[in-house]
Amino acid sequence: MSALLEVHGLVKRFPAGGPVWRRRYVHAVRGVDLSIGRGRTLGLVGESGSGKTTLGRCILGLHRPDDGRVLFDGQDVAGMRGDRLAEFRRRVQPVFQDPYGSLDPRWTVGRSVQESLDAHRIGSAQDRLQRVRELFATVGLDPALTDRRPRTLSGGQRQRVGIAAALASEPELIVADEPVSALDVSVQAQIINLLQRLGRELGLAVLFISHDLGVVEQVSAEVAVMYLGRVVETGPTTAILRTPEHPYTRALVDAIPHPEPSRRLRHLPLAGEIPTPVEPPSGCAFHPRCPLAEPGCRLEVPELGPVGDHHLIACPVVARATTRPTTT
Amino acid sequence: MSVTGLPDVAPVAVRPPARRARRSLTTGLMLLGVLVLLALLAPLIAPHDPDTVDPNRVLGSPDGSYWLGADDFGRDVLSRTIFALRVSLLVAVSSVVVATVIAVPLGLVAGYFGGWVDTVVSRPLDMILVLPALLLALSLITILGPGSTVAALAIAVIYLPILARVMRASTLVTSRQDFVLAARARGAGHLATMVRHVLPNSVGPVAVQASVLTGFALQLEAALSFLGLGVQPPTPSLGGMLAEGRDVLGLAPWLEIVPGVAIALAVLSFLLIGDGLRRSLDPEGVAS
Amino acid sequence: MTSALILEDLRVSFPSAQGPVSAVDGVCLELRAGEVLGLVGESGCGKSTLANAAMGLLPESTEVSGTVRLGDRELTALDERSLRRIRGDEIAMVFQDPSTSLDPVWTVGDQVAESIRAHRDVSRREAKDIAVRLMQEVGIPSAEQRYADPPHRLSGGMQQRIVIAAALANDPVVLLADEPTTALDVTIQAQILRLLDDLRRRRGTAVLLITHDLGVVAQVCDRVAVMYAGQLVEVATTEHLFTSPAHPYTEALLRAIPGAGEPRSELAVIPGQVPDLAAPPTGCRFAPRCPFGTDVCATRPALVGDDEQGAVACWHPRNRRTEVTAS
Repeated sequence: MSALLEVHGLVKRFPAGGPVWRRRYVHAVRGVDLSIGRGRTLGLVGESGSGKTTLGRCILGLHRPDDGRVLFDGQDVAGMRGDRLAEFRRRVQPVFQDPYGSLDPRWTVGRSVQESLDAHRIGSAQDRLQRVRELFATVGLDPALTDRRPRTLSGGQRQRVGIAAALASEPELIVADEPVSALDVSVQAQIINLLQRLGRELGLAVLFISHDLGVVEQVSAEVAVMYLGRVVETGPTTAILRTPEHPYTRALVDAIPHPEPSRRLRHLPLAGEIPTPVEPPSGCAFHPRCPLAEPGCRLEVPELGPVGDHHLIACPVVARATTRPTTT
Repeated sequence: MSVTGLPDVAPVAVRPPARRARRSLTTGLMLLGVLVLLALLAPLIAPHDPDTVDPNRVLGSPDGSYWLGADDFGRDVLSRTIFALRVSLLVAVSSVVVATVIAVPLGLVAGYFGGWVDTVVSRPLDMILVLPALLLALSLITILGPGSTVAALAIAVIYLPILARVMRASTLVTSRQDFVLAARARGAGHLATMVRHVLPNSVGPVAVQASVLTGFALQLEAALSFLGLGVQPPTPSLGGMLAEGRDVLGLAPWLEIVPGVAIALAVLSFLLIGDGLRRSLDPEGVAS
Repeated sequence: MTSALILEDLRVSFPSAQGPVSAVDGVCLELRAGEVLGLVGESGCGKSTLANAAMGLLPESTEVSGTVRLGDRELTALDERSLRRIRGDEIAMVFQDPSTSLDPVWTVGDQVAESIRAHRDVSRREAKDIAVRLMQEVGIPSAEQRYADPPHRLSGGMQQRIVIAAALANDPVVLLADEPTTALDVTIQAQILRLLDDLRRRRGTAVLLITHDLGVVAQVCDRVAVMYAGQLVEVATTEHLFTSPAHPYTEALLRAIPGAGEPRSELAVIPGQVPDLAAPPTGCRFAPRCPFGTDVCATRPALVGDDEQGAVACWHPRNRRTEVTAS
């Protein structure tokens, strides 16, 4: 049985001006493979320019890939039309980051939650109202709030509305793009707990996009780390956090400010700036900042290779070192 | 992206701007209301027939019967002004309404789709924008002949690109919001998304611009009529009355003052409405 | 040990449709010379308001009472002109979003130079030289060339370095940093935090680091102050705060951070919501949500303690060796 979601060699770029003979592009995604099984959660981690948001949008079918494919339940998303497309839209739903921008300010929150039911003509009008009330209860909101406008609700409440709206059509896959980044720590905790619970109870598959590895570890057993449009490391979240293998992941993990004073500013921060995706460095995009860079890194784009149990990295230098017989 | 998250309570609404918005809006609306009422009820409330010529009263000063005096044909200035107001308001309002009705869909589509659609829509509009207003109006009138309908049409053409641009700019901002993407992801097609989400959230600035432009349209109509190219005599028009009063300014200044004041009041009312709309159009009203 | 900045009984309230909002409620805080003091709290707790009040940057309509002492001067008693002389010179501030802190039309170098010329009597040439040196000090590569760049040519991290350079241009005694790294990527944040730490050690600047991120606090701060709903609830050394927090709110906050406990188990949640500051609870403002709250909490507890254990404002403090008595 194929995985629920498969991404093969996805490439996506956006025009960024320049004269016709020297068009420039933002190379947001530069060849990504990943898969998510039914009911599984995959975390997608990266900083600015990593392409994680664009990847999420391609998976939602909101962008057409320039190369590669997104397969949902075995079918190519790009080719979907009419009924197939409508079905896809029912089965895959987004949750957005900004609880203030993701709800139409002029609609009542109840109507926003009802939107996919209306669009897909699910149930009668009565059924839909009932379903909205149920959804509110599921996400921990008082059903009496259905007639409110977003501006009268708090950030945490709005985010719950966003989640309820995503659940309306009983999807199988949720693409959550930074769903808790705009919330306070204590509210974050509530929403994270909610997402975990829903994932378990409803058997949802979740693609959890975030820049925060700590949050990702809370929610997903597996994670993929992206840098400048490509996946550089993927595998079990806890293993990656504990022993990151790829030099970028190592730097990322080191840079996370841990709430433990004993680990103060131990490591030297990664030097240099994140390159712009308009002009990604050749070969391995990380080579200008990488402490382990070799001359070959400039020339060849590294592929993902195994370095442990279900643990893959895109770094020939580290892969070679780990396969060499080590002396302890 | 700078987000620390806002307190997990609904934001406290800010009161003071709303008050000033209401003041402008209500003052403008009241003023306009009075003028519109006068205009609509013109045949009933005008004390005299605006076209009746009375050679005995030529250039007569204001008196018991002719409250604001008489013009060079002996016609009652007050009655003429009321009827002129009617015509001018009609031309100004209809021209802006027509322009808005066409501009909104154009701007919406250009801003939402971008790319070649935007180019195809915006370039011709830009070309119109480049031409000086009066020149454009004169050219149209030369081709189609003078008259109030042509004047309204010319004004509509002049203001169409401005309104379309405003709509386009507003649409650009709204289209980037997540809730638009959410609508598409929930299964709404492009048309449904544009009409139900993007349009209501983008149309505010257009309403403001349209109000202000109506004021300008009034002036433009007056200018055209002043030149004899808009509303044709003997139909009274505010611009026409200004033209007529020019020659006899020393003898009967009220012929110039009255229509001038009428124009000013009408324009003021539209500007006030526009200002009030602008102040009150922040849909969240949030102090963050 | 001298104090760089002392706040005593600082209160700030804003007018609103619902009546006056009490954003800062009687805060007493001491920033010691050369230290990094973290000021932590969730949004709406008043930490930014406090900093703005100290700098005199709040709008006319706000009511500010209490004292703000910089060295031997009382800032609340000064008029705008005198305040302007001190701002940027003896006390400086860095804000969260570098892209809006910098004027998009000026070159980055000129913005640093402006800071210098506002307070020192130097020629344009000299100011430029000093600015270039400052830019090098904050780690801008090829500072001479980049002097003439407009802000949009620089990345977020670089922009924030410029902002820091401008703030430290005149060697202020106190630097208020309001969420200086929140808008930056994690790896860049690490760089900027390290930079701030290096700079303050070299120059002896006292830094008030305002943040909602407890991880950042653990990395950089010597001491930490925790705020909730406008009140200061705890002050302690970083080590002590994280290992044995005294205030129930601090304790709950530490438990709510992902990564604190077992991965993928439920995070400890603080029940309830932040109070409405237009009608706050009397006494301790955390009491309604506090698992240990009792009737006595309706009377405001004072901030009591010592340097060793830290100070806490609570009738039922946790992890305390000795009982705190009402004073």
